[in-house]
Amino acid sequence: MRKETWKELEVGTVNLDTANSRDNRTGTWRSGRKPEFIPENCIQCFFCWLYCPHFAIKVEDKEVIGIDYDYCTGCGLCAEECPSKDKAIVMIKEELALDAEREC
Amino acid sequence: MLSTRKTLNGNQSIAEAVRQVDPEVIGAYPITPSTAIIETIAQFKADGMISGEFVCPESEHSAMSVCIGASAAGGRVMTATASQGLVLMYEMLYIAAGLRLPIVAAVVNRALSPPINIHCDHSDSMGGRDSGWIQIYSENCQEAYDNFIQAFRIAEHMDVRTPVIVGLDGFIISHSMEVIQVEDDEAVRSFVGEFTPLHSLLDTEKRFSIGPLDFTDYYLEHKRNQLEGIENSTQAVAAVGEDFGRIFGRKYGFFEEYRTDDAELCILVMSSAAGTCKDAVDILRHKGKKVGLIKPRLFRPFPHKEIAAALCPFEAVAVLDRSVSPGSFGGPLFSEVRSALYDCEKRPKIVNYIYGLGGRDIKVEHFLEVAGKLEAIADTGKIEEACGYINLRE
Repeated sequence: MRKETWKELEVGTVNLDTANSRDNRTGTWRSGRKPEFIPENCIQCFFCWLYCPHFAIKVEDKEVIGIDYDYCTGCGLCAEECPSKDKAIVMIKEELALDAEREC
Repeated sequence: MLSTRKTLNGNQSIAEAVRQVDPEVIGAYPITPSTAIIETIAQFKADGMISGEFVCPESEHSAMSVCIGASAAGGRVMTATASQGLVLMYEMLYIAAGLRLPIVAAVVNRALSPPINIHCDHSDSMGGRDSGWIQIYSENCQEAYDNFIQAFRIAEHMDVRTPVIVGLDGFIISHSMEVIQVEDDEAVRSFVGEFTPLHSLLDTEKRFSIGPLDFTDYYLEHKRNQLEGIENSTQAVAAVGEDFGRIFGRKYGFFEEYRTDDAELCILVMSSAAGTCKDAVDILRHKGKKVGLIKPRLFRPFPHKEIAAALCPFEAVAVLDRSVSPGSFGGPLFSEVRSALYDCEKRPKIVNYIYGLGGRDIKVEHFLEVAGKLEAIADTGKIEEACGYINLRE
């Protein structure tokens, strides 16, 4: 994607292209660990969905179905908050984070 | 058009300008010696003389945040502060400038702690000289009033959209009575004009986000984009100063030259001390000494080309700084002036004197001493002390 020159930018760091946070793939921030979803332990309480700072909990037909690694930063809040006796989300080691698509 | 003469001190002069411009939001927290500006505005508000909202939050950091929010919402906004108050605003000063919000602030120049001191020097606003604000300094109450009115037009100029600080000397100007020309309310309002925001957060039809996160791929471009505003302001300052002169009879430029024609020696000093220096120049001229004065009005952006052109013809120049830049070679004004002269083929000898910190008085006799030193430098071609002090007990 072509990036604007300084002359083409809006004055005052204003961004007129709103609702574009999907473009910022925060999953590239993840480093060293990631959450793993264990569906059989999930009680569908939605605590993980509520606490996730990046809306990275995938939901389909009103059910939590997993993690969106494009946006998951690996913060571990979901695993921490999961109230299920046998955790439905656990943090596991990740050797390599999502390939960074950044050019700069 | 009803222009009247009123006896006002510096703080009242600023408050009078605020009453006439009647900004939509005033976000301010009182601090000596600027308190009376805010008190007077509060009284205007209580008496129904202004329509703008007056917001007094819990600190100067919050006061500037109020200004930023209100300006981003699309309002015309002002504040007033001094010293530690301005320093507490520093974080938000950069935000205001970076977001290109045309806020106008009166800074009643006062020393910084420690030791605690309520009197005049320029350390407060000079410390914020890299925050991205335009800085204009005033010699007296009349200039404070005139500059404050012009500041709105400069800040809000479509090519500028950058906040402006108007400096006036604490106590020396803020608390000294002076007979000033107060222009007609309607004439001032028409001079300042209607304010049209570039973007308004209250406009739900045109949604936008402001001040979002930049990574390494955009920050540099945004910063370069920001600088365009303050760079364009040089032209706006000149045009607005010219227009002010045309309408109200008092013309303003980047700096004032006093008896510099045929002068060989020049003292460069800002704000109230320039008034004292004028008396010294008169005495010296009476004795046949070819001494002149240059009083910078615009410090940010620094009019380096114009200052260099004005100073090149002299044999020796003394730059007087009312603040220090610790560890730097000379004070902030000296660094700028000396750097501006680098490209001149024939440069004057140049020296720096730090004066007046914490309100230490500077008198005519001190300027006479400076002129004596300049004369010796011009005669011998030698500078014994490049950076010295005035009225310091050694």
